[in-house]
Amino acid sequence: MAHHSHEPLVTVLPPDKEKIKRLWKVAGILGLITAVEFAIAFLWPHGVSKTAIFVILTIVKAGYIVGEFMHLRYEAKFLFWAVLVPILFIIWMLVAFVYEGMKMPVFL
Amino acid sequence: MGASYGKLMMWFFLLSDAFTFSGLLITYGLVRSSHPAWEGVREEYVFSTEYWPIPERVFEAVPFLHGISLPLVFVGIMTFILIMSSVTMVLAVEAGHRMDRKAVEKWMLWTILGGATFLGCQAWEWTHFIVGTEIPTIKDVFNVKTGVWDKINVFGANLHVNQYGPQGFADFFFFITGFHGFHVFSGVMLNFLIYYNTVTGVYERRGHYEMVEKVGLYWHFVDLVWVFVFTFFYLV
Repeated sequence: MAHHSHEPLVTVLPPDKEKIKRLWKVAGILGLITAVEFAIAFLWPHGVSKTAIFVILTIVKAGYIVGEFMHLRYEAKFLFWAVLVPILFIIWMLVAFVYEGMKMPVFL
Repeated sequence: MGASYGKLMMWFFLLSDAFTFSGLLITYGLVRSSHPAWEGVREEYVFSTEYWPIPERVFEAVPFLHGISLPLVFVGIMTFILIMSSVTMVLAVEAGHRMDRKAVEKWMLWTILGGATFLGCQAWEWTHFIVGTEIPTIKDVFNVKTGVWDKINVFGANLHVNQYGPQGFADFFFFITGFHGFHVFSGVMLNFLIYYNTVTGVYERRGHYEMVEKVGLYWHFVDLVWVFVFTFFYLV
């Protein structure tokens, strides 16, 4: 062959032990919270307090997934707020819809 | 702005997708809160179209363990599978930062396997939900021909009848978990594409593995949505 094509020379860096350790730690926390939710589902008395615990634990889990796995905590501040601020509208929507639902007659 | 164009656009797409899923889950909340809940003792709970079902009584089956009541166990396993596939995805991204092709290939394969396993579990859960329990729920149905109310036995659920509770419960189950499942399916396809490009050396020649990172964002988002579906559909 006249033109011998070379694969580009790639320098493979060694694994970032610190980072990998942190990722597994986050995975452990997520698994643990899910296990706690599972336990609460059967041990905690039913009511508003149970729902509140579930919502808080879910938001904690979401925080870990978005912050660590999706790396948002370490992104530019502009991106961080551009994603976070619109979420406020969802909270408004949630409160408005569920409040309306409780006043509504059965329709489905 | 400190973020690449591709990543920025992926974030904005995911934000819009988050609004779509929020719309679905919040509408579920609206319809659910407009229905009466089961007031009696939980041990005496039976399925009826008169009140909203207790989810843990609907989802209590596990493959190969027929007839044993294991509330939420299978959906817990599914959650665990999805979280694990998120971890392997983030490890693939980490390997990409180090230009370690072999490690990216390995972790992408694990991620694809996790996604496919989740889809398989969901297929089983859907089948079980559609087929129903051995004891039917009795429902009053108005017969248009005779003009009287008949009592019929309802097994399982579809978009017309639902043995577990009000029709809306089945409709939302199919729509929300179906929409999420379709996201998982798309994610597995994208992950395979990334795996293929890694194996053929596309990213190595390009000099960076940012595509792994972008598809990774999508994959984590699918996991994130499941966390909310798990809480608001199965737990609450």
